[in-house]
Amino acid sequence: MAGPLAGLRVIELAHERGALAGRLLADAGADVVLVEPPGGAPQRYHEPFADDRPGLERSLSWWHYNAGKRGVTLDLDTAEGCGLLRRLIADADVLIEGEDPGRMAGLGLDYADLEARNPRLVMVSITPFGRAAPRSGEPATDLTLAAGSGMAWMNGYDDHSLPPVRGGGNQAYHTGAHYAAMSLLAALVYRDLSGAGQHIDVNINACCNVTTESGSYAWLVSGASVFRQTGRHAAAHPTSPTQVRCSDGRFVNTGVPPRTAGEFESLRDWLLDLGLQDRFPEIVLLEMGMEREFVDPARIGVDDELTAIYAAGRDALVLIARSLPAYEFFREGQDRGFAVGIIYAPEEVMDDPHFQERGFPVSVEHPELGREIAYPGVPYRFNGSPCEVARRAPKLGEHDDEILRPLR
Amino acid sequence: MTSPSSERPLEHIRICDLTGQLAGAGATKTLAALGAEVIRVEDPVRQGRWDILRGAPPFVDKRRGVNLGGGFNNHNTEKLGVTINLRTRRGRELLKDLIRLSDVVSENFAAGVMDRLGFGWESLREISPDIIYVSHCGFGHTGPYRRYKTWGPIVQAVSGLTMTSGLPDREPAGWGYSYMDHTGAYYMAIAILMAILHRNRCGEGQWVDLACTEAGATLHGPAILDHTVNGRPMRRDGSPDSNRRNWPAMAPHGIYPARGEDRWVAIACRDDADWQACVEVIGLPWARDARFGSRETRLAERDALDTRLSAWTGEQDPYEVERRLVGAGVPAAAVRSPEERIDRDANTSAWSLFPTAAHREMGQVRVDGLGVHLSATDWSIERGAPCLGEHNERVFHGLLGLSLEEIAELGKAGVI
Repeated sequence: MAGPLAGLRVIELAHERGALAGRLLADAGADVVLVEPPGGAPQRYHEPFADDRPGLERSLSWWHYNAGKRGVTLDLDTAEGCGLLRRLIADADVLIEGEDPGRMAGLGLDYADLEARNPRLVMVSITPFGRAAPRSGEPATDLTLAAGSGMAWMNGYDDHSLPPVRGGGNQAYHTGAHYAAMSLLAALVYRDLSGAGQHIDVNINACCNVTTESGSYAWLVSGASVFRQTGRHAAAHPTSPTQVRCSDGRFVNTGVPPRTAGEFESLRDWLLDLGLQDRFPEIVLLEMGMEREFVDPARIGVDDELTAIYAAGRDALVLIARSLPAYEFFREGQDRGFAVGIIYAPEEVMDDPHFQERGFPVSVEHPELGREIAYPGVPYRFNGSPCEVARRAPKLGEHDDEILRPLR
Repeated sequence: MTSPSSERPLEHIRICDLTGQLAGAGATKTLAALGAEVIRVEDPVRQGRWDILRGAPPFVDKRRGVNLGGGFNNHNTEKLGVTINLRTRRGRELLKDLIRLSDVVSENFAAGVMDRLGFGWESLREISPDIIYVSHCGFGHTGPYRRYKTWGPIVQAVSGLTMTSGLPDREPAGWGYSYMDHTGAYYMAIAILMAILHRNRCGEGQWVDLACTEAGATLHGPAILDHTVNGRPMRRDGSPDSNRRNWPAMAPHGIYPARGEDRWVAIACRDDADWQACVEVIGLPWARDARFGSRETRLAERDALDTRLSAWTGEQDPYEVERRLVGAGVPAAAVRSPEERIDRDANTSAWSLFPTAAHREMGQVRVDGLGVHLSATDWSIERGAPCLGEHNERVFHGLLGLSLEEIAELGKAGVI
C-alpha cells in the first residue's frame, strides 16, 4: 500500500525553512524532488556529522530533514538552470520554497510567472515575516524568530536574572513548516474541487505568535501578561512547581493534581502502599477530597478547605516523586491513573519499550556506509495508506540523470 | 450570522468533531478557519466539561460559566456546537446520523474511550464505509502506554522537548506552555487533510492513529541521529544549552540582557560577514580583537565573547539593539512580551493575525488567527466558539431533518 499522498509531485527548493514541510509530504508518499545548487545546499554543511567527520553526505541534519526525497542540482543563476526548473514545475502539483522575499521574482519564478504554464500549481513561500508585510526584508534565524514571536518569552526559570529560554531543535522553523503543510494540503483539497492552484504566503513570525497558548489569549481576553516559571506553564500569577527531581536524580513532571474523589482515593492508596503516610500528615485532606465529588478549579483560592485539599494532592504527588526513581514514578503513577511523565532526553524515546512496540524507531539503509541507521519514524499510522521513511536523503545530484535528462 | 467575505478552501468538508482541549480542538479550529463545517459534539450531562477549558480562565469580565472560558473560545472559533448524550440509545442514533453526513470523525480522547462509547473504528466504518477517522492521544492506540493520559507538558516531558529547553547544568526550563498541544493539533489537521486527499484519489476512508509523543520526538531528529549514529547522548555535562547551541553552530548566538527590568535581546551571527557588521555597530576596540575574528575562534572563545557582548547590550534598550543590528543586516530581536508582539508589532497587525470574533455571550473577543495567507481562498474567523448546544436546532433540524417539536422533546428527555 502506498502513502496517502502517492502520486503527488512536489518540487522543493532546498532551504532550512522549508525542509520539514517537504519531509512531511515525502513520508506520506509524495514524490518530493529537492533542488539544490551544484555545489550543494548550505544545509549539507550543518552539524552534527556522521562520525563527527564533516562532508557533503555526512550531515545528520540533512539526513533527517531530507529523508525520502529525490535530489537534483540546478544552478539558478543561469538561464539554463531556471529554464529546467520551470519545466520541472510545469507538471508539479506543489512548489515549496524558502527564499528571501524578492529572490523568486528576480529569477522570473514567482507565482505569477509559473501559474500561466501550470494553473494547478500550489506554491508555498516560507519566509521569516511573510512576503507582503512590514519587516519582510529583515534578517532572522530560528533564535531571533523565537525571541520576537513570544515563544522565548514563555520559557525559562523562576529566577528572572536568568534569560528567557528558546527551546532546542529549531522549533520556530518547524512551526512555519507545520503551517506550510496544513495550508498547502488545504489548497490541494480545494484544487480537487476547483482545478485551480494558488500561492501561499507563510509568515514564520505570525505562525509562532499563534502557537503560544495562554501567552496570546491571556492578553487578548483579559489584558494579562504571563511570565515564565521553571519547568511549568508561564502564568499571570505564580504557581507551584510540577517538576521534581526523583530519587535517582532524574526529573519527572507531576502533571495536574487530583480533582475527583476517585483520584484522591487512588493517591491516598499509593501513599499507603509506599508506607509514606507518616511523612504526610495531610493525608487527612486527601480523605476529605474523597468525600467531594469534584474540586472545581475555579473555586481554588475562593474556598479555603477546597484549596487545602487541592494543595495536599499536589504535595502528595511531589513527595511520592521524590521517593521513587523517575521511570518507576512514571509507570506506577500512570498505572494508577495520574497523567504524570518522565523527562526523557530525545534519544531515550528510541529505547523505550512503548515506542519500540509501536514501531516508531525505523531502520533506514545507508548503502554507502554499509549501515542501517535507526531514525525516528512517522507519528501517525494510516491504516489504509501507511506512511514510511522510504529512503535516506539524496546524495548531491543523485537523481540528475533520471529527472533532468528527459527535460533537456 | 456573518458569512466569510470570500470562498474558503474547505467549505465542502464536514467534520463530526468530538475533540476538546487544545490538542484536538486546535486541529479543527484551523480547518474551520479554512472553511470546513466543524460540528462539535459535547456531552449535555457534564455540560461539555470534559474539555476543561470550557469554563476556565481567562474571562472577559466577572461572569463565570461553561460558555465563558477564554481559551475555549480561542480554540473553537468558527465551529458549530451541538449536545448529544451518548449514554442514551436515541443519542447514539443521532451521532450515527451525523457521522453518515460527515467526511471526517475526529477525537482526542484517551485510547479506548471511543470503543467504550460504541464508536470505535470498526463501528464507524459500518456506519459510513468511506469515513475518515482521526484519533489523537498522547501515546497512540497501541503499545504498553496506550491507556496513559497526557497533557501538553507530559507529552513534552516524555518526547524530549522539556529536557532540550534549558541552560547548562540546571534543571530543564522546559516549555512554558503546551507547545505540543498546538503542534499535535497541527499534525492532526495534517493527517485529516492527507486522508481527505487519499479518499479523493481512491475513494477509501481510513483510520489514522496519531500519537502526540511521537510527533514531539520527530521534532528532535538531528539530536536523535547524533545518538543513533554517533552514540552521543543529549544528556551530558553542559548540555543542553539551548539558547547558545544551534545547528549550524553560530557565535555570538544567544539571548542577552538589555537595559530595563527583565529585558532581553536575541542576537545570532550566521557567519563572519554578520559578525563584521556587528563589529561596526558595536564600534568598540574589544570587538575587533583577533580572537573574535573567525567563526571557529568565536566558537572557541564563546564565554569571553558573550561576557563582552552582554556588557554592551546591557546598557541599551532591547529595541535599540534590534534596530541597529537589523539595520546592519544582522539577525536580532527583542524578546517580546505578549503586548509588544500582539499590539505593537507592525508585522502581526498588518497580517490581521488576531481577528475579532463574535461570541454569543462573551461579545467581541480577539483570538489567534493563522500565520499564513492563501491567495485565492484565504482563511477567515468571524464567529466565536459555540455556546453549549448553540447550534442544536441548526444541525438537528437543518441538517438531520428533525422537527422542532422533536428537538424540544429530546431536550426534555435529556438526549441532547
